[in-house]
Amino acid sequence: MITYPFTYKRAKSVAEAETLLKATSESKLLAGGQTLIAAMKMRLANPPELIDISGIKELNYIRVGGGQVAIGAATIHYDVATSAEVAKAIPALAHLAGVIGDPAVRHKGTIGGSVANNDPAADYPAAVLALGATIKTNKRAIKADDFFTGMFSTALEDGEIITEIAFPIPEKAAYKKFANPASRYAMAGVFVAKFKDGIRVAATGAAPCVFRVPEMEAALAKNFTPDAVANIAVDASNMNSDLHGSAEYRANLVTVMAKRAVAEAA
Amino acid sequence: MTAVSMTVNGKPVTADVEDRTLLVYFLRETLRLTGTHIGCDTSQCGACVVHVDGKAMKSCTMFAVQAEGAQVTTIEGLAKDGKLHPVQEAFRDNHGLQCGFCTPGMIMTAVDMIRRKGAMDRDTIRHELEGNICRCTGYHNIVSAIEDASKRMTEKVA
Repeated sequence: MITYPFTYKRAKSVAEAETLLKATSESKLLAGGQTLIAAMKMRLANPPELIDISGIKELNYIRVGGGQVAIGAATIHYDVATSAEVAKAIPALAHLAGVIGDPAVRHKGTIGGSVANNDPAADYPAAVLALGATIKTNKRAIKADDFFTGMFSTALEDGEIITEIAFPIPEKAAYKKFANPASRYAMAGVFVAKFKDGIRVAATGAAPCVFRVPEMEAALAKNFTPDAVANIAVDASNMNSDLHGSAEYRANLVTVMAKRAVAEAA
Repeated sequence: MTAVSMTVNGKPVTADVEDRTLLVYFLRETLRLTGTHIGCDTSQCGACVVHVDGKAMKSCTMFAVQAEGAQVTTIEGLAKDGKLHPVQEAFRDNHGLQCGFCTPGMIMTAVDMIRRKGAMDRDTIRHELEGNICRCTGYHNIVSAIEDASKRMTEKVA
């Protein structure tokens, strides 16, 4: 499959990417391209210009300190999955990065690209939302609760470039996903995080957009055991239904993955 | 058209390509290196896996212009001086192929995983192969071949 024609430009800095973005309307940022290029090949996306930000060195880093793990937007999944620092600070986050796609995809795909794209079945949005991360851009800092606005939709505005995702370090956390056996995308993935001041639970893959489960959070705040969430079901009418699984099946998977995540974190 | 330069299997190459040219088409059609295959064309099957700067990547899901200045290795670049790469040897010895279509991608993925993980058990190999699909379902001998190769290669290093 071949994409529509486009012009390719490579940015060496965030400032250069900003200038290029402003110069051409409808231009798009290219990071790892593991979703965007597939969409372009299917001709679902037709940007006239791609600005490649994957090689920007100032966006490629992992910094642990001050109670958080800060990851540059162009950092590939493989580097997060194999970072000893991330594994020590938030093991669940390193685990999550290591179960995205497959090894070849993890060598190319980036955290910024995954979060900006907000695919309903992407893994990173679950960690971003459950850990209450901050999405930093060239213009501002956005809280995770305000960032994911719907299917493939985010609070990002035109000309805005994600530069960093900063994850607060929780006391305990775990991510469990039920992967589609072919694509490895999450049929349902649940990230559970326990902080001093409360619990956050986020589910991906099951609905059109990543979402929190307040009933589970409240139950786990009283009793952090798998039993606490065993009888809490999410509303199937809000779940996705497709050839891989019905809405009811996905709703059930959210509860099952939540139980497994709590069991691992507890 | 954009002039793109990279090193493929140790040789410098330069060519004018359309920006939308996928790396796999550049390898197959411009350079006539047809060992890299296009299977699913949706980045799921892994028949197109090559190494870019030493890491396994799906050449159907990146543009040739993204590989500007990179070191690219394809299946054609593994054998040295007429001698098969140990992973190729192990695939032959273990009959790690049936129709052979997925084999180049399987071997490139195997070389990459052995580089990262060294000697592996079968379970690890199966997990590492999740981005490579064999439509003959011939996984048993593929896993045996990689297990064998990973042992041979790590013994040689030790």
